[in-house]
Amino acid sequence: MAMRTPGRRRRRLNALPPPDVDEGRWIEVDGLHKSYQPRRSEPTHALSDIAFTVRRGEFISVVGPSGCGKTTMLKILAGLIPRSEGAVRVAGRDVAGPLPEVGMVFQAATLLPWRTILQNVMVPVEVRKLDARVYRERAERLLAMVGLDGYEGKYPHELSGGMQQRAGICRALVHDPAVLLMDEPFGALDAMTREYMNVELLRIWRESGQTIVCVTHSIPEAVFLSDRVVVLSPRPGRIAEIVDIELERPRALGVMASDRAGVYVQRIRKHFNAIGVIDS
Amino acid sequence: MRPRVDLRERPELLLVPAVFVIALLVWEFAVPAFGVDDYLLPRPSQIFDALRTQLADPLFWRHLKVTVLESLYGFLLAAGAALVLGTAISQMRLIERTFMPYIVAFQTVPKAALAPLFVVWFGFGMASKVVMAAVIAFFPMLVNVVEGLRSADADRVQMLTVFGAGKFEVFTMVRLPSALPFIFAGLEIGVVFSILGAVVGEFIGAKEGLGYLLLQTNYNFDIAGMFAVLVVLSVLGLIAHFIIRLAQRRFVFWTQESRVIGA
Repeated sequence: MAMRTPGRRRRRLNALPPPDVDEGRWIEVDGLHKSYQPRRSEPTHALSDIAFTVRRGEFISVVGPSGCGKTTMLKILAGLIPRSEGAVRVAGRDVAGPLPEVGMVFQAATLLPWRTILQNVMVPVEVRKLDARVYRERAERLLAMVGLDGYEGKYPHELSGGMQQRAGICRALVHDPAVLLMDEPFGALDAMTREYMNVELLRIWRESGQTIVCVTHSIPEAVFLSDRVVVLSPRPGRIAEIVDIELERPRALGVMASDRAGVYVQRIRKHFNAIGVIDS
Repeated sequence: MRPRVDLRERPELLLVPAVFVIALLVWEFAVPAFGVDDYLLPRPSQIFDALRTQLADPLFWRHLKVTVLESLYGFLLAAGAALVLGTAISQMRLIERTFMPYIVAFQTVPKAALAPLFVVWFGFGMASKVVMAAVIAFFPMLVNVVEGLRSADADRVQMLTVFGAGKFEVFTMVRLPSALPFIFAGLEIGVVFSILGAVVGEFIGAKEGLGYLLLQTNYNFDIAGMFAVLVVLSVLGLIAHFIIRLAQRRFVFWTQESRVIGA
């Protein structure tokens, strides 16, 4: 037992390709519970009894009122914070720390201002010590795909917020992760840019085929993007409902004007109205 | 292709030299007008003459060289020590908790008062002035290194962690670049302080250097000569400051913010 030390050794093991995994259970969360135990006081329950699975290539969104623990859940999936109870598996691997199979997009683009756009996109490659020559090509392809060709040598402050976030998405995809986690990725953008980025994201997803879990506080955004929407209740976050969004793909923004989309939005909003939370 | 400077937008480009010229003119003519003896407060033209005489003297250049070297060595010594110790303090809790009280206590010692001691220990030569310069320049640089290395944005650290970075990668890829604006702010103060330290050291006991020359002119009641040395010291400080600024522009190109923490 004592021989299996975590840390460096585990990182090495993670570098192996994932074993054969049931693609229907690409992400598996079962009985997930998270509580914080502050010193000398009662524990706070952030998440309670969360269970869901995500198919390979599926796009799911997580919505819920502020403070329901949706970001906490995403951070647990990312291996950033430990869970209290339950099982969390991504691509067949137990999540005990950040996995190489995971890419993440943050609320702010979080680019490093002293690196060019291309150098920023290459961060995961550098950190994981992958072959820079191979991945450099991929980075350039990704940048071209999001319309940032010609900006490789620019610095983040020379780009608009939307362009920075697109570079952030390229960075999350550069090492070809099996799963893309997004933490309110467009929350910092203005409404117009946000709609445009939603369409862009669906296009990128269609071309790259990643499995995406996207946390958002915009219900229409969740409906527009997702195959399924996981609705969380207020703290402690529990799953209130998982809504299948059966709108045909590929989707254009016009679909949001349709009655069927409106019904989904209403159905999800109902959960929040019932408890008197008005959140977007 | 340099854009033409618009003086309406940057009036200081004209006003700064204008104030300088006007002040000199007022000084030049007010001194005799108020009947001040010009061997007590020499006129700018006399100072200029004294400066010319000194610049023509090879001995003066010898003094200048000594002070420049003392300041430079002291500065480099202090900067190196501040970087190493600052990194240790900012990254290791135990070191911070153990050593910070001593460092703060040391900082409260008026360091100019240590100069006679350094002369006893390190002699009349350059060594005692190098130590003095280093001791005076060290603390402001240390504080900036520590603050800078702690200033890294938590989101950026988390971003690197998600992509699998360990402590070392986080340090080199985020903490160190984030600290650069602070480090340069510290260097800017430190370089000026190191000149101060060298001159103070020369006051106490030296055979050469601008501080020594300052005392000599003082003993000889050559007040114009003293002013001339002061002018040289100021220009020296300005040049040093300018060099650090240039380096900062080059290495910290992404931001102009520099939160200066004084000593």
